[in-house]
Amino acid sequence: MPLLDVKDLTKNFGGLAAVSDVTMHLDNNELVALIGPNGAGKTTLFNLLTGVIIPSEGTVSLQTDKGLQVLNKQKPYKIAAEGMARTFQNIRLFKDLTVEENVLIAMTDKNKEGFLESIFRLPSFYKKEAALHQQVVELLSIFKMENQLTTLARNLPYGAQRRLEIVRALATKPKILFLDEPAAGMNPEETADLTRLIQQIQSEFHITVLLIEHDMSLVMNLAERIYVLEYGKLIAEGTPKEIQGNQRVINAYLGGGD
Amino acid sequence: MKKNLKYNAIWLAIAILGYVLIYALEMVGVIDQFAETTLVLIGINIILATSLNLVIGFSGQFSLGHAGFMALGAYSSALVTSAIPSVGGFLLGLLVGMIVAGIVALVVGIPTLRLNGDYLAIATMGVAEIIRIILNNLKITNGPAGLYNIPMLANWSTVYVLVVITTLIIVNFVHSRNGRAVMSVREDEIAAESIGINTTKYKIIAFVLGAAIASIGGALHANYIQTINPTDFGIMESINILIIVVLGGIGSITGTFVAAFLLGILDMILQNFGTLRMVLYSLALILIMVFKPSGLLGTWEFSVRRLFTHKKAKGDAE
Amino acid sequence: MHTVLQQLVNGLSLGSIYALLALGYTMVYGIIKLINFAHGDIYMLGAFWGYYVINQWHFSFWPALLSAMVFCALAGVIIEYLAYRPLRNSPRIAALITAIGVSFLLENGMSYLFSSNVRNFPQAMHVKSYNFFGAKVSNIQILILVVSIVLMILLQLIIRRTKMGKAMRAVSVDPDAAQLIGINIDRTISFTFALGSALAGAAGVMIGLYYNSIDPLMGMTPGIKAFVAAVLGGIGLIPGAALGGFVIGILETATQALGFSAFKDAVVYVVLIIILLVRPAGILGKNIKEKV
Repeated sequence: MPLLDVKDLTKNFGGLAAVSDVTMHLDNNELVALIGPNGAGKTTLFNLLTGVIIPSEGTVSLQTDKGLQVLNKQKPYKIAAEGMARTFQNIRLFKDLTVEENVLIAMTDKNKEGFLESIFRLPSFYKKEAALHQQVVELLSIFKMENQLTTLARNLPYGAQRRLEIVRALATKPKILFLDEPAAGMNPEETADLTRLIQQIQSEFHITVLLIEHDMSLVMNLAERIYVLEYGKLIAEGTPKEIQGNQRVINAYLGGGD
Repeated sequence: MKKNLKYNAIWLAIAILGYVLIYALEMVGVIDQFAETTLVLIGINIILATSLNLVIGFSGQFSLGHAGFMALGAYSSALVTSAIPSVGGFLLGLLVGMIVAGIVALVVGIPTLRLNGDYLAIATMGVAEIIRIILNNLKITNGPAGLYNIPMLANWSTVYVLVVITTLIIVNFVHSRNGRAVMSVREDEIAAESIGINTTKYKIIAFVLGAAIASIGGALHANYIQTINPTDFGIMESINILIIVVLGGIGSITGTFVAAFLLGILDMILQNFGTLRMVLYSLALILIMVFKPSGLLGTWEFSVRRLFTHKKAKGDAE
Repeated sequence: MHTVLQQLVNGLSLGSIYALLALGYTMVYGIIKLINFAHGDIYMLGAFWGYYVINQWHFSFWPALLSAMVFCALAGVIIEYLAYRPLRNSPRIAALITAIGVSFLLENGMSYLFSSNVRNFPQAMHVKSYNFFGAKVSNIQILILVVSIVLMILLQLIIRRTKMGKAMRAVSVDPDAAQLIGINIDRTISFTFALGSALAGAAGVMIGLYYNSIDPLMGMTPGIKAFVAAVLGGIGLIPGAALGGFVIGILETATQALGFSAFKDAVVYVVLIIILLVRPAGILGKNIKEKV
């Protein structure tokens, strides 16, 4: 049984189908890529899956502890709580908060610190804060960011901002991590680092990763399976090898479609 | 653990020292009746402005109706203490005011906090005006004449203690799980939702807490000034509170204290200028905004912890 | 029946004043996203100018109206230049506080210089009443309605047909792009303030004539109501402001006629809040969602 099951997902923006009839699935602990030319509807599909946009038709269902749950029409925060975390194409950090606070906020739901407990600064408050702090440091150290706890997110270099966004998403303890162009704007060296990191995350946290990426070397190196989107429709699915040899995909990229 | 205790002890010491200082100055006669009134009004303004700062500066929701919640606190406390003129009555009045303001904020907040930016500002201004107009027309609130001969159950030390308590509540709230979630809403709602933050819930928490604390300011106003009427709580009062917040720096509690003091003292000095007072006041306001648009302190906060860690860092370097 | 008609007539004349003011709010908001709190006080300045020139220089109504429009346009441009322009790249709330400061300054400055007394506005025109299907309509009411509608049509023509109007629309959609194609942003914003303030000046003179009393604080409440009108109609939209103004005017007189005068302002706000909740972008506005 798939972890995430997407059936006939469609989104119309006033007559224009940004995403139409997308049927796909994600299994446990796999690394899948979503590729396609600019404007193919990749980010829209991400937004549909994570609840930022409500689909016109179709269903998104996730395997949870309570069985299979239909997620569409749920609020994004509920979907996130069910175990779907994401990053954004145009980095959306809490810019005026510190690195530590950025990660701590993602742990809000896991942290059962009460209102009165924190107002009166009871000893249990300090205990819980210390435990959280420890978790944040551990998480950040995987990304070699443990020395930047008190840096404001806006002051981080670009690559570190992208990494922090991934840490923040991981801090919600997700089942599936959606990465929207994680390598955008990075140089080859940084991209190579990122590739290793994504593999490490996937194996260490046992999660499923779906990533949108334009960097083909990264995609072909990482992905076990690839979905190809063009004009809002899935035109191909398969292993990197299959995709590389697929005539429709080659046409879509080389301008056969233009 | 020990460190936390130390910092908290230092804060407590600062609070007690402040109290002793005012007490001593009062004994010696440096603080006369007039200066005391100014101090009390500054204190009340601090309570009102820090609670508004929680809403504007920390949750990022632009509310322009704070005077409405202040009014609810003032009338609740005035009515309760007029019936029970004792310290117990005052405490009961405070509690009633907080509950009434909290409930109204909840009822108003659930629908309106979906609005953003200026729309929310206008909606909250509308709510405050509706509250004022209702107070202006009810029998129990004595209509436009308002309530008078309210027992004087608040003096400068009551105000001082409540300033300390409310500031403590706000600062401790901000630096906790809930407070951080509230700040994430200010920073980026879409990102906050993406990591499981129910943004509406945290906006409402901040709004209700802000309203409840504003009602304390109102109660103190009623029990110190002893007369209240609906015109005390109009748009102008909301704007006055907002000015303190913006002048001090949105998101800086320290700034709110500084601005409340500066404006209070400015107001005291300008008393002698008659009508010219408001002209100078508004000129000062424009000039400060033109030359320091982020407020006097920006988002800077005074912190005992940082003061110590700084010293330590310096000591290590030497 | 004729009371309904009577209230409609009263509501329309009051509403056209709100509409004229709302236009200024909406234009300024559309172009620099500032709630120009001082706008109601420009209207007060217009009324005082009219009072002065009719009394001292014995102007008749039309020259008084036109000169008040010119005077207010100038005042608006100067205020924008001195107080708002330096804050164009600052947080919006700082600009808002400055606008409040300007509003205070105008109110208190006028009180300080000319006293805060309420004074009678000179009757620049003989009041005549006509019977219109049982409703009493004064020539001043007709004048207010006609002048307002003419001004609104003129404004629409300026915005739709002239080069400056096109520049205004371009700047309100995207200031950076407008600048790139050679539009002078500063001049366009000044022009917007001039237009809006001129309308407020006209409204000031006409309300003086209609209510026959003016004072330095007269701009506060109508200013806020006019802003509410602009939000109601859809802020940034010229037809929205006009519509909102009339709606608020009629609502207010209707509440009064039904015997709830004490609650006439409350009703305005209740309607505002309901509209905001149902259609946050106003009656004529379109909702725009943030792109992710």
